[in-house]
Amino acid sequence: MKKVSFGVVVFPGSNCDMDCYYVIKDVLKQKVRYVWHQEKNIHNLDCLILPGGFSYGDYLRAGAIARFSPVMDAIRDFVERGKLVIGICNGFQILLECGLLEGGMLRNRTLTFVCRDVYLRIENANTPFTSLYSKGDVVKIPIAHNEGNYYISPEGLEKLKKEERIIFRYCSPKGEIEDAFNPNGSLYNIAGITNREGNVLGMMPHPERKSEDILSGKDGRAIFESMVRFILKR
Amino acid sequence: MKVRVIIKLKNGVLDPQGQAVMKALNALGFRDVKDVRVGKVIEISIEDTDEKSLREKAEEMCKKFLANPVTEDFEVLEVKKEE
Repeated sequence: MKKVSFGVVVFPGSNCDMDCYYVIKDVLKQKVRYVWHQEKNIHNLDCLILPGGFSYGDYLRAGAIARFSPVMDAIRDFVERGKLVIGICNGFQILLECGLLEGGMLRNRTLTFVCRDVYLRIENANTPFTSLYSKGDVVKIPIAHNEGNYYISPEGLEKLKKEERIIFRYCSPKGEIEDAFNPNGSLYNIAGITNREGNVLGMMPHPERKSEDILSGKDGRAIFESMVRFILKR
Repeated sequence: MKVRVIIKLKNGVLDPQGQAVMKALNALGFRDVKDVRVGKVIEISIEDTDEKSLREKAEEMCKKFLANPVTEDFEVLEVKKEE
């Protein structure tokens, strides 16, 4: 059976790369390799993961320096060819800084680093990243960040809503969207979005930490499995 | 020459750090402090002597990198000789 090829991009300071690699290789049993941030040739990969961590120490702003890494040109090209890119946590911040996703990240309104399980509601199950969920599903996935407070202009928010590009929203265990269940102050309780074409997803929570029951739950696994399914069906 | 720029959050963007600082100032006895916003100052030493050219370079640096255009505004403050 054909295997899908994933690349996990590693920037100086990335630290969730191994968890992502492990999920793809040992849990999903697909092909995966690390992509060092200076590489320029990623042609033979089907999907890319920009993992979490503290690339460049979060200096200046989280993701601000990583977006100028040599690999980013190849990633732009990769995106234009319709391949899949998922940015998790710092990966999401990098995608925002380089404009592959719209909006920006602010410091958590609590001014604390929040590290705990949260509930997310699936707002759109018609994406290559969420096809194995149903709209309205509630999943439990952890966050671990200091700058996860998503922000976009009012016009930008209307566009995201209209184009159904808001994929995950922080919610109660029953799926109610309320401020009390917003861990960081994110606008509209947004936890994850896609780009216009739908092939780039950014999310603050860490699905790679919830891909096996033995490691406390597997609600996040279907994100990676949906990506595999999408590539195999093409 | 040195150029100094200030980077701050756009008006209308929530600044929880500023709020925390304001409350602390109030608690310290500065009760008439109504609002605080916290930004950053970046000093850049450039080998150039033309003030206009220095300002232009600093603006470009801010637009491309030093400030995030979605959430931040910038201002080129002053140009002065290196001490």
